[in-house]
Amino acid sequence: MLKQIEGSQAVAEAVALARPEVICAYPISPQTHIVEGLGELVKSGQLQPCEFINVESEFAAMSVAIGASAAGARTYTATASQGLLFMVEAVYNASGLGLPIVMTVANRAIGAPINIWNDHSDSMSQRDCGWIQLFAESNQEALDLHIQAFKLGEELSMPVMVCMDGFILTHAYERVDMPRQADVDAFLPPYEPRQVLDPAEPVSIGAMVGPEAFMEVRYLAHAKQTMALDRIPHIAEEFAARFGRHSGGLVRTHKTEDADTIVVSLGSVIGTLKDTVDELRAEGERVGVLSIRSFRPFPLAAVRQALQGAKRVVVLEKSFSVGLGGVVSTDVRVALSGLQLRGYTVVAGLGGRAITRGSLRRTLRDAIADRLEPLTFMDLDTGIVQRQLQREAQMRRSGPIAENLLRDVGTVASKVV
Amino acid sequence: MLQIRIHGRGGQGVVTAAELLSIAAFEQGRHAQAFPSFGSERTGAPVVAFCRIDDHEIRLREPVLHPDVLIVQDPTLLHQVDVFQGLPADGYVLINSRRSFEQLGLSDIVERYRTDRLTTVPATEIALKHLGRPMPNVALIGGFAALSGLVTLDAVSHAIRDKFSGKVAEANIAAAAEAYEYVTRELEELQRC
Repeated sequence: MLKQIEGSQAVAEAVALARPEVICAYPISPQTHIVEGLGELVKSGQLQPCEFINVESEFAAMSVAIGASAAGARTYTATASQGLLFMVEAVYNASGLGLPIVMTVANRAIGAPINIWNDHSDSMSQRDCGWIQLFAESNQEALDLHIQAFKLGEELSMPVMVCMDGFILTHAYERVDMPRQADVDAFLPPYEPRQVLDPAEPVSIGAMVGPEAFMEVRYLAHAKQTMALDRIPHIAEEFAARFGRHSGGLVRTHKTEDADTIVVSLGSVIGTLKDTVDELRAEGERVGVLSIRSFRPFPLAAVRQALQGAKRVVVLEKSFSVGLGGVVSTDVRVALSGLQLRGYTVVAGLGGRAITRGSLRRTLRDAIADRLEPLTFMDLDTGIVQRQLQREAQMRRSGPIAENLLRDVGTVASKVV
Repeated sequence: MLQIRIHGRGGQGVVTAAELLSIAAFEQGRHAQAFPSFGSERTGAPVVAFCRIDDHEIRLREPVLHPDVLIVQDPTLLHQVDVFQGLPADGYVLINSRRSFEQLGLSDIVERYRTDRLTTVPATEIALKHLGRPMPNVALIGGFAALSGLVTLDAVSHAIRDKFSGKVAEANIAAAAEAYEYVTRELEELQRC
């Protein structure tokens, strides 16, 4: 059924269609509307049987999710930014224990400086935690990925993070096609746990493992993620067959077949990139877009396959590893090992800075002309950066950086966008 | 693609206005996208929300930099924020005020833009009358329907019922209808001039 609703509400309804039995969450922007929506569905009785547990922190949210999932319940939670960091110890436990919890991460920057807006720093900080990480391009894809995530996670007994851009998707109203309950029920069978805490058949979960088997347990986690590389495209195809639209998968290409220049990115910026690439195509440039849908497991072969015919690759990402450069670009480089391609990393949109077609055009034009720096911070205000560096060179007590830069920028209230 | 930018202050329902517009466009079978600027979300602070309407899927997610339509919910913003930034010469402007553009000190705007696309409507007064609250957003959407003809009043009423219920919905529908009539009359008078 077609609906014009907010992304968060769409995800809440999709999660409800997956019939979770336990939902535990602690509110944090921009995730709040999702769990509020689910709370209402549980309270009104539309989603039952389901227990909605208000917890006292994100650490508790993931801990309760672990307990619920270990007891055999289909379990869901959601978080963002500092909330994800606060639950990290439990996040690693969930994957280490092989519990198929599904969690939405409404992507948001990490402080300090405190910032509520969108980038991918939160999800990227957890790329090594053992969870599957799927990225959504649109609200339709976000809701579809949640339904696929339960199936994927439960088949492999692994937790899945569905990453959707905070505000840009969570707070955007757009058209979505909401699946029917009967179709979701047919697509997603009831949860059949591999391990369950049951008083009738007592077991323990979470044994201490010494050097004799720790490496093997960890290796099995990697082996399962490798299996997910096969399962993710299968589940996406199965989904397409039942629901009539393509969502998810490992990667998606847009006009890459004959492209000299391919932009690699993930999340909602793919839409703006496609529009920009179409404009450049109309002007005769051979450009394309590769969208990474599954960041963990990272589809090395599919990425290599899509990029190997190009002359240059621009990785555009909303995250970066301080002291190195790109996060996604490092992985893309592994996929391109041995190939002679020019590679550029463009860090953009940090802390919610708008990624505009104008800036993308300029950046891609520079890349096509091979005059782009290997590591570029798109739309960086070098003026205020230089001023702060001078301040620090001139005096010892130069003061707090964030406050200094805000003074240099001046009031933002008078700016239109 | 039609792009709309709504300026107002926190607490005036700016974001809701953009969402309502997107629902009205959806009711008419079109693709629409509405999103806030996610800036200062404090009561009274300048707030911007955006809406795009098209006949096919909208992929673009940048803020609306070149609006076809500008809606100003609070005229006190006119001399604080450059609300007209990026507006093309054939753009539509709707301002919440009983005063004319000239009386608002916008004579230079009148010279630069098509006067048949510049209108004011006393949306706060209309809202106070119907809702008992100074919420100009829904009345302005009614005014927008009259000014642009890009969404019908009927679709706006549907959108209001989608988002609100009971008395609040009916009062908002009445406010939208009154603003629609007001702007229609204004445009007729303008044509006679």
